Amino acid sequence: MNVSINGARRHFDPPPATIADLVRELKLEGKRIAVEKNGAIVPKSRYAETEVADGDRLEIVGAVGGG
Amino acid sequence: MNAPDDRTALSESLVIAGRAYRSRLLVGTGKYRDFAQTREAIVASGADIVTVAIRRTNIGQDPTAPSLLDALPPSEFTYLPNSAGCYTADDAVRTLRLARELLDGHRLAKLEVLGDKDSLYPDVRQTLKAAETLVAEGFELMVYTSDDPIVARELEQIGCVAIMPLASLIGSGMGILNPWNLRLILDQAKVPVLVDAGVGTASDAAIAMELGCAGVLMNTAIAQAADPVRMARAMKLAVEAGRDAFLAGRMPRKFYAASPSSPTSGLIS
Repeated sequence: MNVSINGARRHFDPPPATIADLVRELKLEGKRIAVEKNGAIVPKSRYAETEVADGDRLEIVGAVGGG
Repeated sequence: MNAPDDRTALSESLVIAGRAYRSRLLVGTGKYRDFAQTREAIVASGADIVTVAIRRTNIGQDPTAPSLLDALPPSEFTYLPNSAGCYTADDAVRTLRLARELLDGHRLAKLEVLGDKDSLYPDVRQTLKAAETLVAEGFELMVYTSDDPIVARELEQIGCVAIMPLASLIGSGMGILNPWNLRLILDQAKVPVLVDAGVGTASDAAIAMELGCAGVLMNTAIAQAADPVRMARAMKLAVEAGRDAFLAGRMPRKFYAASPSSPTSGLIS
């Protein structure tokens, strides 16, 4: 499965079924992040039930230093 | 004790969107050498509210690497996520929606929409547009803008909880270039007005407070000082001194109305 994460194409085999699987695969579990799938925010409470499909565009953001 | 007592200090909280904060100095968290210095400087500044930026997570980074959130736990500080680096209303709205999700529904945010990559001057049309959308979605917006009093009034009418005009360009350290415009904004505003951007050193912060600003937001002036921790402390003291001077009510400026401070009678000659 190929998905775009933060503008870069990534291949997954086996494919993650849900956002929760993907977050675990990326070792971001428990980190303070926010996820957007195809332009819509996926609330944390819905990671486990939100499916990931081939071609999805994902944005994963965090808080960094800034003014 | 010859300082104002605690009663004065307590009644003197900065109130934004119904919540009280002890410090009138708000600080950014960017441009420091490392997270240890970030923390040390911010603790020295006494700030309660710290701004953070929202950026793409570095995928594949060591998951145990320290993060800003470890250095400045959200339990200890009030996070003010910003839309820094956004050049359109749509990007700013998208960024602050992600920030709200990231911070578990936190509604306080700093809206900033820039219009020029060289000067970082705010784009007020895009700022007004983004403010309308975000306020309607329940955001409590502290809004970075130009020092135009008409724009400031419109942003307040939209429902922003604080107006934050620039003193001079972001990162310039040029100080308060147009105190008269700030006065116009301060005279009409019913929400807190904070100077955001342009402060270079402690006297700039003090002048902003003496003008009657509710607070000052800065980042570069502290982070890029040769000794950021000492400058953070200087800014804390300057903001406090400027606020006290404003409340005390300064003497009128008198041109040549010479009035000596010592008695004019009883001189020995």
